[in-house]
Amino acid sequence: MTEQTTQRMTYLDALGLAQREEMARDENVIIIGEDITLYAAGGAYGNIDSKRVRSAPISECGFAGMAVGAAITGLRPIVDLTIANFVYLASDPIINQAARLRYMTGGQFNVPVVYRASMWHSQANAAQHSDRPYPMFMNVPGLKVVCPATPEDAKGLLKAAIRDDDPVLVFEDNDLWGQKGEVPLDTDFVVPIGKARTHREGSDVTIVTVSGSLRFALKAADDLAKDGISVDLVDLRTVLPIDSEAILNSLGKTGRIVIVDPAHRTCGAAAEIAAIVAEDGFDLLRKPVRRVVTPDVPIPFAPTMEKPLYPSREAIVAAVRSLM
Amino acid sequence: MLRNDIDREAYLRMCKIRGFEEAVTALITEGEVPGACHSSVGQEAAIVGACMALRNDDYVSGTHRSHGHPIGKGAALKPLMAEILGKATGVCKGRGGSMHLTDKSVGSIGESAIVGGGIPIATGAALTAQVKGTDQVALTFFGDGASNEGVLAECLNMAAVWKLPVIFFCENNGYAAVTPARDSHGQPDVARRADGYGVPGVVVDGQDMDAVLAATRTAVARARAGEGPTLIEAKTYRFDEHCVGLFIKGGYRTQEEVQFFMNERDPLKLFRQVMLDRGHGEDDINAVEAEARGLVAEAVQFAKDSPYPEPEAAFELVHATPLATPIRR
Repeated sequence: MTEQTTQRMTYLDALGLAQREEMARDENVIIIGEDITLYAAGGAYGNIDSKRVRSAPISECGFAGMAVGAAITGLRPIVDLTIANFVYLASDPIINQAARLRYMTGGQFNVPVVYRASMWHSQANAAQHSDRPYPMFMNVPGLKVVCPATPEDAKGLLKAAIRDDDPVLVFEDNDLWGQKGEVPLDTDFVVPIGKARTHREGSDVTIVTVSGSLRFALKAADDLAKDGISVDLVDLRTVLPIDSEAILNSLGKTGRIVIVDPAHRTCGAAAEIAAIVAEDGFDLLRKPVRRVVTPDVPIPFAPTMEKPLYPSREAIVAAVRSLM
Repeated sequence: MLRNDIDREAYLRMCKIRGFEEAVTALITEGEVPGACHSSVGQEAAIVGACMALRNDDYVSGTHRSHGHPIGKGAALKPLMAEILGKATGVCKGRGGSMHLTDKSVGSIGESAIVGGGIPIATGAALTAQVKGTDQVALTFFGDGASNEGVLAECLNMAAVWKLPVIFFCENNGYAAVTPARDSHGQPDVARRADGYGVPGVVVDGQDMDAVLAATRTAVARARAGEGPTLIEAKTYRFDEHCVGLFIKGGYRTQEEVQFFMNERDPLKLFRQVMLDRGHGEDDINAVEAEARGLVAEAVQFAKDSPYPEPEAAFELVHATPLATPIRR
């Protein structure tokens, strides 16, 4: 076969490709966000009708809510909220409307809307630009929440989100925007929402990763392999719903689990995974559950304070060693 | 529609709202209604005048005071009443209740118990109409209380910038729950806020069906022509308390004021007289009233006879695309 089936590109380019492909595929897909037309002029969305690319005033609550109204009347809006902390301004329509309009109307409406939010942590932006807020939305029935960790998954999950008939929040790790990887060029390539991905098979310890922590866990697994510790590495990819089957299957092979989640400790994604393990996998555990997470402090500005707060290769290695 | 037919249809819808609300109030007394209900009695002319300017395929969103809007838009009464009683045959299958009546079949795209929550929904529906190139319009009902929510300012501005076919329709009944508008509005006319966004703002007598219909028609014509939104403020009055059965100790409005509106400014009495003045016969008007009574009675019977949803139904209709991992019981 001579046809090129994948291309090496950045995580950010993979997200852009997903949007261009879906906007070309379905004329009901529109995009709303601040400064959007600037990128459209640069060709970011391909050659499409300007009516479908909306540069909104700085009114996150308003346009996040309008996207719900547009979604229930036949469009499939992508709302680009840019920095993830801005999702708080938009969270009333996301939670009170998007998540439950289908249910509250007895199924009269579907709400096919996508909210994109980029988590700008570890870049000295201080506490109002550095949040990883996906756990808050895991507590909202009716939503689906994905956190892609590779360029391939970025493309496949964003496309799946756009095609999904339910509201989906796509939390991007901004630290990954420049990371490169092979991305399928098939315009119908999607990654199913709710399915974890095993990146490495092993027998001694399970590492479950959320969002950008995958790259640290892969390096930690290399380090641990040198010591003869074999890691089974599962990247969750979707945090709502959680692929509990994949987690428990892996735990069944290893009997030990370390959960790596860049969100804050209390009620983070790791907390829910730990609860699933405690309820449904207790008999499989040979050692206590370990979490590698961000402590419960606001994110500080100074890099010397900020950097050590997040999960790291070293912290993951230490957590695994503590279980051996 | 001919003038006589418009009068008749408008009066029928007003009588249906009045009768429906009176029946709901009676059912509350009987203990048949779970949760809270907010009656539209007194505001029928504002609701019906606005809806009569719309087509069936135009969109309407609304508020917690939710019964009148879908009825005004032409919804069948039986599924609405069943919904209020929490029945499986309810228009929202028992998942919404009194504050969230929605009937897609008549363009009723949702009532919201989040004050101001329906405003961006209708603005977004107008965006759909514009992107798809249909000539539909959207109208959002909101109260004087919601006019102080930031989302109104955001949506007025976006609708103005994008010339969206949306009508912002404020039912100003003078009270946000029990707080008088005079205590929470720097500018007593909500409509004047439109000036700040380059949008026409119109104040209209909300007890006068003809006046509301005329103002809304102008706004609809402007919206369909691609000229953008209008803010209409209908000055109206709520006869009942904020919530049916709510007892407010101390009082926030006088009985004289309430009695004045009920006696002198009742929109049904006023429009009945308009019809008589226009030559409608007493018998014809009585027949309209009887038709409304009959429809309400059938709706009550249907709702009472309908089954409650099974507990297990709570797990249905959460998602359009079922989850890969089912919801845990």
